[in-house]
Amino acid sequence: MADGTPSNRDAIRGGVHRPQAHDSAHKHVAGEALYIDDLPEPAGLVHLYLGLADRAHARIVSVDLAKVRAARGVVAVFTAADVPGVNDISSTGLHDEPIFATDRIDYHGQPIFAVAARTRAQARRAAKLGVIQYDELAPITDIAAARAAKAPLVTEPLTLARGDIESAMKGAPRRLKGSMTIGGQDHFYLEGQIALAVPGEDRDVTIYSSTQHPSEVQHMVSHALGVPSHAVTIECRRMGGGFGGKETQANLFAAAAAIAAKKLNRAVKLRPDRDDDMIITGKRHDFVVDYEIGFDDDGRIHAVDAVYAARCGFSADLSGPVTDRALFHADNCYFYPAVRLRSEPLKTTTCSNTAFRGFGGPQGMIGAERFIEEIAFATAKDPVDIRKLNFYGVAERNVTPYHQTIEDNIIAKVMEEIERRSDFRARQAAIRAFNRDSKILKRGIALTPVKFGISFTATWFNQAGALVHIYTDGSVHLNHGGTEMGQGLYVKVAQVVADAFQIDIDKVKITATTTGKVPNTSATAASSGTDLNGMAALAACDAIKARLVDFAAERWSVPKDQIAFLPNRLRVGNQEISFPEIVKAAYMARVSLSATGFYKTPKIHWDRKKGIGRPFYYFAYGAAACEVLIDTLTGEYKVERADIVHDVGHSLNPAIDRGQIEGGFIQGMGWLTTEELWWDDKGRLRTHAPSTYKIPVASDRPTIFNVAILEGVKNSEPAIHRSKAVGEPPFMLANSVFFALSDAIASLADHRFCPRLDSPATPERVLFAVERMRALAAGQEAA
Amino acid sequence: MPTLSMTVNGKPVSGEAEGRTLLVQFLRETLRLTGTHVGCDTSQCGACLVHIDGKAVKSCTTLALACAGASITTIEGLARDGKLHPMQEAFRENHGLQCGFCTPGMIMSAIDMVNRKGTDLDEQTIRHELEGNICRCTGYHNIVKSIAAGAAAMGKEGLRQAAE
Repeated sequence: MADGTPSNRDAIRGGVHRPQAHDSAHKHVAGEALYIDDLPEPAGLVHLYLGLADRAHARIVSVDLAKVRAARGVVAVFTAADVPGVNDISSTGLHDEPIFATDRIDYHGQPIFAVAARTRAQARRAAKLGVIQYDELAPITDIAAARAAKAPLVTEPLTLARGDIESAMKGAPRRLKGSMTIGGQDHFYLEGQIALAVPGEDRDVTIYSSTQHPSEVQHMVSHALGVPSHAVTIECRRMGGGFGGKETQANLFAAAAAIAAKKLNRAVKLRPDRDDDMIITGKRHDFVVDYEIGFDDDGRIHAVDAVYAARCGFSADLSGPVTDRALFHADNCYFYPAVRLRSEPLKTTTCSNTAFRGFGGPQGMIGAERFIEEIAFATAKDPVDIRKLNFYGVAERNVTPYHQTIEDNIIAKVMEEIERRSDFRARQAAIRAFNRDSKILKRGIALTPVKFGISFTATWFNQAGALVHIYTDGSVHLNHGGTEMGQGLYVKVAQVVADAFQIDIDKVKITATTTGKVPNTSATAASSGTDLNGMAALAACDAIKARLVDFAAERWSVPKDQIAFLPNRLRVGNQEISFPEIVKAAYMARVSLSATGFYKTPKIHWDRKKGIGRPFYYFAYGAAACEVLIDTLTGEYKVERADIVHDVGHSLNPAIDRGQIEGGFIQGMGWLTTEELWWDDKGRLRTHAPSTYKIPVASDRPTIFNVAILEGVKNSEPAIHRSKAVGEPPFMLANSVFFALSDAIASLADHRFCPRLDSPATPERVLFAVERMRALAAGQEAA
Repeated sequence: MPTLSMTVNGKPVSGEAEGRTLLVQFLRETLRLTGTHVGCDTSQCGACLVHIDGKAVKSCTTLALACAGASITTIEGLARDGKLHPMQEAFRENHGLQCGFCTPGMIMSAIDMVNRKGTDLDEQTIRHELEGNICRCTGYHNIVKSIAAGAAAMGKEGLRQAAE
């Protein structure tokens, strides 16, 4: 707000590298921040609701919607026949994802029709009245069933290979094979999916959509309506959480609302209730990793050969890039001299799994930690020692399975820091001693590292645009292609702009993301939001600054190098002129005070067919040490302590980054511990509310929780102010919780056998593993 | 449709409500108090938490008509003369929010906690008492810190008011 607040002269308020509060903090605590459902409703608005299939796999024999049409308050009913353009919202262009099912049902909860009514309650009730006759087919719900049914792949698989895997495996002194099952995860963004479509003149429609990817929603809606992209405007000021669940999943709701809005010439709102949201939308992919590892008696890896099968659901959606990223992170911090990694993106008759924080990376990475654990047990060595032994080198042993040379390896520094801060070795010894004397309660401890590649692996997505205006009073309007979902992107980019102009951050107005201001944007995903949009905004500021400098040099006849941007003013030769005064003078001299900025990430390239390239601009690192206590009679457990050291380069905003680290860790912990998705034998998701799907609450947080940002580091690449991306990497710090549980379980048989725990490690799974370990200890079962 | 009267944020209000109208609908749609959010629709996430006659209640599973004559406080009713309530201020100061969707419910829950448990709240109590509020950004670390700070500030505020 350029509201007369006195301007600072020593340093600006809200510059870069400061713990600036979230830009909407005041509005959030006051209840004044507007989410889409909070916007005033245009007169005559009708509510839309989706009619869903109650079979997982079937041919549709007939659809009778007479009762729906006759229901109280109903204004109109829409089916595939009412889609003016293409009945498809597949983000891949594979045409495998209809808006409304026509002849076939591919998952339980698939939309068949939509009903518009005067109230939301009326629409919701009417949506239950469709009479659908099905010819039922057998559901294919999980990876095992898909393999058994020889189900097709939803997209082209990927192979990453380096070295001669066959001979390296054969030549390895020791070999072992295993398999790990990794569960999925529901996003449970607290604000559910929602779209508000407002028809305009001509073919125009504006949609307020809770989406991480306004440009894609725009394209999908334009295809569905059969109109050019210029007729469709998508706007999103903020989301109540996204986590990847609003990267493609907003398309359906926006397209259905837009179709109804144009047909009825009324504003249309579509907000599914929570259960329907969870049933309809895709989730994190579950994986099964089948692996063979070759290693030696020291525990050094010689070869890794692994297949990563994923439950993709009924359509491709983002399953291709998600399973790719699993492979890109199947090495984590470890050098595999010979390696072959293959993805198997399987089609199942379940919701179409999609992006979720980490985007396949967590599944790949936890597989790598399982390999390490296997080797540690096989060689009777400490897992931390095996980790260190296999770390990527700095000058050698530094090439990934995708042939990118790692140039910024700081994992040794991170490890040193975490071991010191967590007092790891001493506590490990103390825990071993505790376990010797404690019969029922057992403790476990683990330390796991993270290396996460930053950039979209689809190289063309690594571009961004921004739009910056300065008004004649010196206040600044900021817009860019990134979306705000709580991660603090908006405030970070505003800090960049404030710093560039050297004006207080309250002079910068952050405005809603809209396809009308910045076009052809990428999803706010892959942790890339600040890297891309911060640089684009900086480019826009630099363009305007150059014009202001040119103008001032000419007007006051001073060399350009004697002009400097000082806090809230410019020094022009020997005089100082306030920022608003310079701006006003520039306007009077007819200088343009508006600019677009554009950025594309340098250096990156990727040849997917060959599996060779540099898909990542840089890597973010981190490590966590976790201690757990398990009750071996019930399988229940507590995370007693977690220590984290995480690398964010030179942080743009340590307060926001810290929130991302803490939140990412806890959310990752939920994925690996309590969050279990369950489909029944009819292919119906039975965990579609927080009553049955257990999300971490405050009491699940580790009792002692020490989080540190790695200090004294900068991004070795010139990313925005030498900071690093932080959205996804901390999620995988939670691997330490999982392996601490495994460590506690292993103590029951003197750490002689690998517990081979599957995720999520629910109390039931822990209990089963405890019993298996007890049996092994008693020699009743072969290892 | 019956007409319903109650006191909301200190002001008498009335409006029409069906028998099945939920309190959260009445607040959001009839009174346009949209700071109270709907997260899970089934009284588990706590985004819809308000105070009814001084007690924390989840408004997404409370019938509006059942609140006839009651005194209701929502997130919009906490600030006084343009000054944030100490608990709101504490959430703002301590970065106790990310996407912000759970924040109003968290703050209403926190104030209720102080009302029941006093202003000297230890971490364990806060964590336990927050079982009915989900933050999916899982920013619990700062939320707990905010509540402890807000509770302490409410204590000081209370003393100050008593002194005046």
